[in-house]
Amino acid sequence: MWSLAVPNAQPVISCRNVWKLYGPKPQAYFAALTAGTSFEQMRGDGYISAVRDVSLDIAKGEMLVVMGLSGSGKSTLVRCLSRLIDSTAGTILIDGDDIAKMDARALIDLRRRKMGMVFQSFGLLPHRSVLDNVAFPLEMRGQDRHDRRARALEVIELVGLKGREDYFPRELSGGQQQRVGIARSLAIEPDIWFLDEPFSALDPLIRREMQDEFLRLKQILGKTSVFITHDFDEALRLADRIAIMKDGAIEQCDTPDQIVLNPATPYVAKFTEEIEKSRVIRAGTLAQAGTAEGQALSASATLHTLARQIAQDSRDLIPVAGPDGRVMGTLNRAAALDILFGAAQ
Amino acid sequence: MTSHRTGALALLALALILALTRNALPAGLMRPPEWLVWPFADWLNAAFAFCQNDLGLMAVTRFAAAGIAALLDVTGNLFYGKARWPNLGPLPWTTFAITAGALAYRVAGWRLALFAAGTFVWIALMGQWEWAMQTLSVILIAAPVTFVTGLGLGIVAWRFALFERVLNPFLNIAQSLPQFAYMIPVVVFVGVGPKAGAITTIVFALPPMIRMTVLGLKKVPENVVESGLMSGANRWQMLTRVRLPTARNDVLVGVNQVIMQCLAMVVLTSFIGMPGLGQKLLQLMQSLKIGLSFEIGVTIVLIAVTLDRISRAWAEMAPKHFAKGTPWHQRHRVLVIWAILMGVAFALAHLSPWFSQIERSDAFSVAKPIDAAVDILIRLIDPVSQALRWFLITWVLIPFRDGLLWLPFTTVLALVMALGYAAGGARSALVCLGFFGMIAMTGWWDRAMITVYTVIVSVVLAALMGFPLGIWGARAQGRAARVLLVCDTLQTFPSFIYLIPVIMLFGVNDVAVVGAVILFAAVPLVRYTIEGLRGVAPELIEAASMSGADRSQLLWKVQLPMALPTILVGVNQSVMFSLFMVIIAAFIGTQDLGQEMQRALSTTDVGKGLVLGLAVAFMGLMVDHLVTTWSAARTQALGLEPPKRAA
Repeated sequence: MWSLAVPNAQPVISCRNVWKLYGPKPQAYFAALTAGTSFEQMRGDGYISAVRDVSLDIAKGEMLVVMGLSGSGKSTLVRCLSRLIDSTAGTILIDGDDIAKMDARALIDLRRRKMGMVFQSFGLLPHRSVLDNVAFPLEMRGQDRHDRRARALEVIELVGLKGREDYFPRELSGGQQQRVGIARSLAIEPDIWFLDEPFSALDPLIRREMQDEFLRLKQILGKTSVFITHDFDEALRLADRIAIMKDGAIEQCDTPDQIVLNPATPYVAKFTEEIEKSRVIRAGTLAQAGTAEGQALSASATLHTLARQIAQDSRDLIPVAGPDGRVMGTLNRAAALDILFGAAQ
Repeated sequence: MTSHRTGALALLALALILALTRNALPAGLMRPPEWLVWPFADWLNAAFAFCQNDLGLMAVTRFAAAGIAALLDVTGNLFYGKARWPNLGPLPWTTFAITAGALAYRVAGWRLALFAAGTFVWIALMGQWEWAMQTLSVILIAAPVTFVTGLGLGIVAWRFALFERVLNPFLNIAQSLPQFAYMIPVVVFVGVGPKAGAITTIVFALPPMIRMTVLGLKKVPENVVESGLMSGANRWQMLTRVRLPTARNDVLVGVNQVIMQCLAMVVLTSFIGMPGLGQKLLQLMQSLKIGLSFEIGVTIVLIAVTLDRISRAWAEMAPKHFAKGTPWHQRHRVLVIWAILMGVAFALAHLSPWFSQIERSDAFSVAKPIDAAVDILIRLIDPVSQALRWFLITWVLIPFRDGLLWLPFTTVLALVMALGYAAGGARSALVCLGFFGMIAMTGWWDRAMITVYTVIVSVVLAALMGFPLGIWGARAQGRAARVLLVCDTLQTFPSFIYLIPVIMLFGVNDVAVVGAVILFAAVPLVRYTIEGLRGVAPELIEAASMSGADRSQLLWKVQLPMALPTILVGVNQSVMFSLFMVIIAAFIGTQDLGQEMQRALSTTDVGKGLVLGLAVAFMGLMVDHLVTTWSAARTQALGLEPPKRAA
């Protein structure tokens, strides 16, 4: 398994059987709900199950991407996790604390210390300069003016907006505005970083640039993040793990390689069909127990980057080495070529 | 629509039968019978007397009025040298011109700065300084008080849905109540003079401020709210640092409306002894001094445009950053220049009194040439205006009025029910019956019918002029923008102003009233016709053109149907405006509800005044109900966004 998760540590976010129903009397309806009622049946009853029975653990430092088409409930899920909306049922633990049980003060405190969030349409305050927008969460928790300014300038520099502190949101391009949004979400040095389709409103070239920027920040900061997107390519590019949602439920939650190699449901398979698998699957994923002689391939490299090497290699089994340089298994050359060039007919 | 047709036709038939069998009808179906007329006025008077004497509300209102009066004394001293604390004034007229110019420059730029400063120069040179300052000193107090109160009430209404639900019908009625209805209770509780003027103005201008605040707070985008919450803002921080600043533009549009309402009302409160431009205008118009009233009219218009443009530019002003390291005096350039100019102004005032106050004897006047010009004009067009007057009176106004009075009141009730049924089914029919039934129960049926006749004639004539003008104006982009600018400007004028030209041309009679109402009511028709037509989606016009539609087909089959909901908003406003105008026009001699209201005002009969005011309000509310219901049905049928409405 290719995962950054530290085994046996307490997950940062842990949710069990979380539901969010929309309708006239969600609590009563949920109480009377029998197992196995489908999404369509509920809709017939006048209820929308925006989040259905979701259970997830997100480990420290992990980057979980929640992928789904519009209306799949991904934004609702992330709002349940941050308790911008109250879930109908289930428990959500943040560092072991049940957020549903928190009162307003504790919730505000949690957000002021631990959470940062980036929004699809930026959510910048139009009357505040870049500096004041970024410093806003610090101002909310009552930090003094000087500290606020120093920290805000630091994050602004981090996201590459140095020199534009005095601009107003209106005076910035979409990509720059989202950099402000990102800087603001990072200002309080949160442990948990929620990103709700942060790049969806941007045009494709800028989106690509922002994804690179995001990977750079992720590398530096190593925060626990929940990233929402409707773009499967974006999910593959950024994720440690991907959770694919449909009609409020999670269809599959796994690493990008596993999703591409072994889609759990036909719905997931439809997404993976058009994907060039070699760009996603890494040598380590295909490695099987065993040893072989000679030069080893890097486990973390994708087959695509190794294509020339694999094609020119004459061995049937090629050794694969982990990050520490030790051989962790062997790669079946024929299987790898099948993925690279399509299976032989 | 079709499902409502049968019911509407049945009601129409009923109305016809009642009208045709008029002579055989029992008296109780001809005019509201005695048991139907309830003594609302007496009840209201008793309620007021109770509040005034037994509850001791009088002391409270007198106390509040004393606070307002103290504030008025300060501006009164500074603006026109009233002998009160702080005993500094009057400030030289040049300082006002400079301040207005600097303010306008800061929010909008050179052109408005020149206009604003020019307005004050004009006022000073024309020797109207004291009157204008009396008016402005009240606005300067009334507008901020209204702003603060309205903002507070708006926030409460936004926060507590229940309060909003209770408040809403009151706001609806308040916004359709004619201005005079506000004055009578104020006269009872506060008396007459500047403070009564200020308080009436505040009460009158409050509803739009509340509305805009609620609207603005509701419109704050969800993602801004969420980002505020995720930044850990508590409830107070959410309100003061996230929601209100984000709602800034709507709130400032509210401020603009407050200022304009204040100006309109301050001019009208001359009827309850508020000195200033309004009082002067009233006196001059009553004595038919056309040239002098024209001068004052120009002043009021200039002030209206200045206040409107400055406050609107302020609402639209977007923040801009300065380059790094810009020194203080450059960041605050306007402030520095203003301070320097103020110094110069005070120095000049010290040197020559001419730069301080211009005496009326030294002032210019264009009244004589205007009088002469108007004389020539009137002599030139007299045959035309005489003929027009004769035609209107003998062939339109009198027959229509007599016809309406001839109808049994039950016919009228059946007619409004038929209208209601056509627009929105049985429910709307009952709503219409409710509103007009209440009018019947007040016992002022004949007077009310005269108001109805004036309004119908005026709106129909206004529509005959307004729709073609609007269609013509919407033809080209540039023209539309220019016509809209004219409409916007005309709408900033206080209603009183519209009386000047019609009195000039027609003298004091029914035609003048109808003429003023037509002018006033045509403006929103033109405006919304243009906005509706220009708002039709361009793809739709392209698609129709590619289907081979010619210009008139395009207009009748595509543009007008699509623009109808917006145009209906204009019709609604037009009816509202005419109702207000008809009532105001009472002082040049009408026989309708407005005339009775004037009488109630002069005898400070609160109950009667309010009943009359409510009767007018009910007419407005009924039309509003009809138009909104119909417009909503059309909008839904067309799958459009609901048209924007002014608050």
